[in-house]
Amino acid sequence: MKRAGIIRTVVILVAVGALELLCRTGVISSFVMPAPSTIVYSTVQILASGRFAADIWVTLRNVSISIVAAMVSGVVVGTVLHRLPTARRILDPLFATYYAIPVYAFYPLLMVIFGLGDLPQIAVGFLLALMAVIINTLNGLDRVPRVLVKVARMHRLGGWAMERKVRLPFAAPYVFTGFKLCVAYSFVGVIGAEFITSSRGIGYEISYAYNNFDNQVMYPLIFLILAIVTVINMSLYAWERRLLARRRT
Amino acid sequence: MKWRDPLALIAILLLLWQAMYWVIGDVALTSPVSTFRSLAVMLADPRFWPHVNETLLAFAQGFAIAVVIGLGIGFLLGAHSMTGEVGEPILVALYSIPKVTLYPIILLIFGIGMPAKVAFGAIQGIVPIALFAMNSIRNLNPVFARTGRVLRLSPLASTQRILLPAALPEIVTGIRVGFSLTLVGTLLGEMFGSQRGLGYLLIQAMNLHNMRTIMSVTLLLVIFAASVNAVLLAIDRRLHARV
Repeated sequence: MKRAGIIRTVVILVAVGALELLCRTGVISSFVMPAPSTIVYSTVQILASGRFAADIWVTLRNVSISIVAAMVSGVVVGTVLHRLPTARRILDPLFATYYAIPVYAFYPLLMVIFGLGDLPQIAVGFLLALMAVIINTLNGLDRVPRVLVKVARMHRLGGWAMERKVRLPFAAPYVFTGFKLCVAYSFVGVIGAEFITSSRGIGYEISYAYNNFDNQVMYPLIFLILAIVTVINMSLYAWERRLLARRRT
Repeated sequence: MKWRDPLALIAILLLLWQAMYWVIGDVALTSPVSTFRSLAVMLADPRFWPHVNETLLAFAQGFAIAVVIGLGIGFLLGAHSMTGEVGEPILVALYSIPKVTLYPIILLIFGIGMPAKVAFGAIQGIVPIALFAMNSIRNLNPVFARTGRVLRLSPLASTQRILLPAALPEIVTGIRVGFSLTLVGTLLGEMFGSQRGLGYLLIQAMNLHNMRTIMSVTLLLVIFAASVNAVLLAIDRRLHARV
């Protein structure tokens, strides 16, 4: 491990250790937060007991649907928009403003359109994630060097074959950045929507536990989500590095 | 000509809205005309303004905290390379975790009310501002610092006259992103644990299924967010064009 990595590990360990100490000595009361070790222990217990297995499954399934739907439609919309400069120019202010608008405000509308099931939650995640993929796909396609396009023309690749074989592969690292954001936004959207109104899912259980002052459940569930997201992000990060390393050689 | 595209976009969005209203009907949404009208009625109602003030006050405090702490962290990590190498992955990890999940914890720490909203807005904004500020300092052309030394400027003068102006465009981009996220965070905070503010009005209307209020408040928020963002974007583009 590099020196920075070692220092980083030490910093994180010291921070967690300090938190543990503050909790154990009662400076942070257990009503506010249980000690980190207790949280990890309860998380393992909760997972082993299978008490929230159904909720965890529902949330992860909805997040996955949102991620896949946003990735696919984001790349398709991005590719199509790249070929329609006028439409893109008109939509540009929307792209720039999109993340300034609180999507959750549209949640009631989505609930009326999609009903009371899982669809409104998926829709919130999808809407949040979609724009990140579109913007990054466009950004990547903008950077394709002319030479590549000319070579492709020489090989008589036209239209969609050019997109598929030359432009999109070149744009891949940028699209990948969009995918990373897509994963993060899907989690935010789905879990946030579960907080507001829903009858199941991890977000629902967290808010239920919060309303009942049930820290023994709330903290482990929060920790579980953070752990899942961090593991996914770190794997994507590692994968991205491998892809980029291969490209350089 | 510059104004034609945004106007076209607004017209398209309004048409889509009207079309949706025709398809879905009164249960789910109100038409553009009647929403603007009820927003006007709402704005004329003196009982409405305390909510707006509450939200603006919470947002202003959260944003100020986010800018100060974000720039502080960003400058530190950008100027000192070892600290930057240690801190960047932690910042990136913090950026991508769903901070909504931390909301109950913030409520437990601060209790229901203003401080919780401010904190929730601030934690959403700090990380992007810090990341952009860090990169702006890190990507500064080393020639700039050397030029300052050649001209025998004091470190302060060199920062003030050369380094800060060079880093400013990226910093402003970060502040623009942080602005949006802080606003969304503040509203989210009001939706979950608050007795006042626009977010509270929204969640209350949701529970009562009062579409008129939901649509009017949403419209107001969209107009506010879009106009401030347009101003920040114009500043942002101008600064970037200068370099």
